[in-house]
Amino acid sequence: MITKRIIPCLDVRDGRVVKGVNFEGLNDVSSPVELGKFYNDNGADELVFYDITASSEGRSLFADILRKVAEQIFIPLTVGGAINTLEDFDRVLKCGADKVSVNSGAIRNPDLIYEAAKKYGSQCVVLSADVKRVDGRFTVFAKGGRINTGLDALEWIKRGVERGAGEIVLNSIDTDGVKNGFDISMLEAVCEAVNIPVIASGGAGCIDDFTVLFSNLPKVDAGLAASVFHFGEVKIPELKVRLREKGIPVRL
Amino acid sequence: MTVIVDYGVGNLFSLKSSLDYLGEDGIVSGDENIIRSADRIILPGVGAFADAKKKLSSNSLDKVVVEEAKKCKPLMGICLGMQLLFEKSYEFGATEGLSLIAGEVKPIAPVIPKGYKVPHIGWNSLHFTGKGRNSEVFKYIAEGEFVYFVHSFAAMGCEDSVTAFAEYGADLTAAVQRGNVFGMQFHPEKSGETGLRILKAFCEL
Repeated sequence: MITKRIIPCLDVRDGRVVKGVNFEGLNDVSSPVELGKFYNDNGADELVFYDITASSEGRSLFADILRKVAEQIFIPLTVGGAINTLEDFDRVLKCGADKVSVNSGAIRNPDLIYEAAKKYGSQCVVLSADVKRVDGRFTVFAKGGRINTGLDALEWIKRGVERGAGEIVLNSIDTDGVKNGFDISMLEAVCEAVNIPVIASGGAGCIDDFTVLFSNLPKVDAGLAASVFHFGEVKIPELKVRLREKGIPVRL
Repeated sequence: MTVIVDYGVGNLFSLKSSLDYLGEDGIVSGDENIIRSADRIILPGVGAFADAKKKLSSNSLDKVVVEEAKKCKPLMGICLGMQLLFEKSYEFGATEGLSLIAGEVKPIAPVIPKGYKVPHIGWNSLHFTGKGRNSEVFKYIAEGEFVYFVHSFAAMGCEDSVTAFAEYGADLTAAVQRGNVFGMQFHPEKSGETGLRILKAFCEL
């Protein structure tokens, strides 16, 4: 039986893991290599590394770290952050990434999804969307949630799937950092719109937020979170035991 | 020494890291002499079948792999590398495979119920066939252990060779074996401890 995936996300800047609340106020948490290995050994089904570095020196540092992480972890690894061209795909895939997450780069150039899917396969292309309600409408934001693109989120995600995206990460800006649960209604709308795996992101604060997510939305494939895992508020082995008790299939 | 065949497709880094972790002497190479001198061969691959077959054939590595397999050298195809072991694939038109195992590679969409997503992505459990329970590569793992899948096509019409299947609304071919030739539809190098134990068993052949 296919299982629900639990995915810690590591935001990395200049070689260190940071976590923003509502995308602001970043705190240094730990070393990406140590944290990645910890999660690999403690029940994570997959890892996401998000590079929020701005400088090119930072990028090469990230590449070195990514290689070190990939040498030590034997679960799927997704990398995102400043992926704008096929060369960027190539750069992170060569360092050991299995999938590449696109966000603002795909908004600027939607052909990026198609070209990457053609070259590397759809399984490699993850469309990550930061979505916020604006006047009651699900709207796509770019640049780490700072810029309102005016794009309708459901239309944008459907277009992404048509162009070849293999998975969707839906990050609700409305619930991100609030730790009051995933954005069930937004996720439900996306799950109805597409038939590829949907990864829920934004809002996890405790174990029950995950049981509520998977119980209410059987179509959601995975739950992604950062700080609740990094600070040990949710321990993945305990989370998975609880999910299994609730009848939700997980890898133990 | 185990050679990971480099023919320009796939994430070879993870496989090499897995072998390093296991303390196995692994070499990533597309050199005929190295492949011929290896004790065992891993044929990796992601992407599309036709493109991969073309790349494998362009420097005659397809012949090298087939010849070495026929000398009873252990060969493991992983993901697309497994699909290449079969007679034919229907991904983007019909393309001939290496024909080391009887069967064809077809889309999973028509055989799974509506509502199941394609690709089949994620951790799914392995269920052994009678043959699979005795397969050397599974000697360190138990029925029901989880491995990581990412695929939209699967081997069909190969019942005699199936060693394990995954339940996804239908029984999808997860692993096959014909003598010294093994195929894994999932990614052992991305399947945590379970996958490492499969690779360890293969490296002991």
